[in-house]
Amino acid sequence: MNIFDVVGPVMVGPSSSHTAGAVKIGYISRKLLGEQPVSARILLYGSFLTTGKGHGTRKALVAGLLGMQPDDARIPQALTLAEERGMQIEFGEAQLKEAHPNTAQLYLQGQEGRSLEIIGQSLGGSRINIAEIDGIETNFSGDYPTLVVHNQDQPGHVAEVTSMLSHKGVNIAYMQLYRSSRGGEAVMVVECDQEIPKEGIDWLKKVEGVKKVTYLGHDTEAMDKGGTAR
Amino acid sequence: MITYHSIQDILELCEKEQMTFAQVIERADMEERAVTQEASYAKMQSMYEAMRHADATYDAKLTSASGLVGGDGEKLRAYNEAGKNLCGDFLGLVMEKAIKMAEGNACMRRIVAAPTAGSCGVIPAVFLTAQEKLACTEEQMVAAMYISAGVGAVIAENASIAGASGGCQAEIGSASAMAAAGLCFLQGGTNAMIANAAALALKNMLGLACDPVCGLVEVPCVKRNVAGAVNAVSAAQLSLAGIKSAIPVDEVIDAMRRIGNEMSPNIKETGQGGLATTPTAIQIGKSL
Repeated sequence: MNIFDVVGPVMVGPSSSHTAGAVKIGYISRKLLGEQPVSARILLYGSFLTTGKGHGTRKALVAGLLGMQPDDARIPQALTLAEERGMQIEFGEAQLKEAHPNTAQLYLQGQEGRSLEIIGQSLGGSRINIAEIDGIETNFSGDYPTLVVHNQDQPGHVAEVTSMLSHKGVNIAYMQLYRSSRGGEAVMVVECDQEIPKEGIDWLKKVEGVKKVTYLGHDTEAMDKGGTAR
Repeated sequence: MITYHSIQDILELCEKEQMTFAQVIERADMEERAVTQEASYAKMQSMYEAMRHADATYDAKLTSASGLVGGDGEKLRAYNEAGKNLCGDFLGLVMEKAIKMAEGNACMRRIVAAPTAGSCGVIPAVFLTAQEKLACTEEQMVAAMYISAGVGAVIAENASIAGASGGCQAEIGSASAMAAAGLCFLQGGTNAMIANAAALALKNMLGLACDPVCGLVEVPCVKRNVAGAVNAVSAAQLSLAGIKSAIPVDEVIDAMRRIGNEMSPNIKETGQGGLATTPTAIQIGKSL
């Protein structure tokens, strides 16, 4: 175990699972959306729903959507900040069957019109898992630069993605494939040791049969400080 | 490769490699994360600095979301300042800092999870007080941080540092053992004394339930940080005086894991047993 998981992280309290983990879910969702969210419907499940208020879970998720990291001192003011930025936020109860006790389901709309549905789980000690993207099962932590490709389930897409990565000198740490049905919607989750250059991602978006490309980069993105509503 | 899976491994590496306890932990971190000594040291120092900053900026006016927590650190400070301190200068300050940090956490301030957010007051209370009262250098403080991290990493590997899997012994208990080891070093204890201090501290915390009222990191967590910190100081002093734990530290950690496994889920952070199901706690839940 990394000793900085034992002494650390630096975080805004009170709970590593219900606060820090929730910020991470929001932050990763924002990165996966790839643009500033303008509206978010946030549904909570289990312990997130029942004890979330006292742990600041709602504020934490919104803080992450605003681009804050778990140590950002402005987390307690996240709901006000979101309002100032004109972000529409709606909270509710998630209707899920036997999900992880700390689960949040997010429906996001971005300023450029992109949309994303995501299910995130907080596993404890600020570790998280992204369990579903746009209705298809996934399983990744966000600890690595992560590429998520939605495509038609047909031969050749894995080869296209891996040869692009090899061409760019990017090593694959973990790779998972999921599909809704044979020949239907498929999702590829590729966790990498290096950042994927933007031109590689842009190229992938144009490949036939690729429906959506989402990339979670690890360059730390600062929340834009302007505070203007867009 | 420098790797360790027990406190005994660390002690043997100290002998074999002619390194201090802290150096073993630091070297293992450099190798595991593939970073330079400067980078590892700077990161550990930043953790200590974040603790110092959180302590220095305590705000007595804050209250937690439930309204159950806030302002107690200031009460303790005023009491100590009025010259009524029963526990002596050192312990009085440890208690004050422990409750302030844990309160800050409940009130959504920035803290260092050490090992968890719920137990974040124990280590800074002991270490910051030691630096103030024993005039320790910054280098010594960072070394103490490495020692506490090493002890915590061994506990995490062989038992648990999460209340949901091991009860409160895994949180406040681990923090207390980590702090005791570091303080023992700061007072000039040998490596064997450092390990022994961790054993003495952890033994007193075995079996502790995690039964927070309404599931919040507030009651009994905040005040239990005081108990964990005071326990750490007493364990360090016992060890420095040459008093030995009859059970070696690695065996105490093993016992902690087995106790954690045998504890009912009701008292492992579910809010379904113990203090959480008292009539008063249920009443508090209705008013939230």
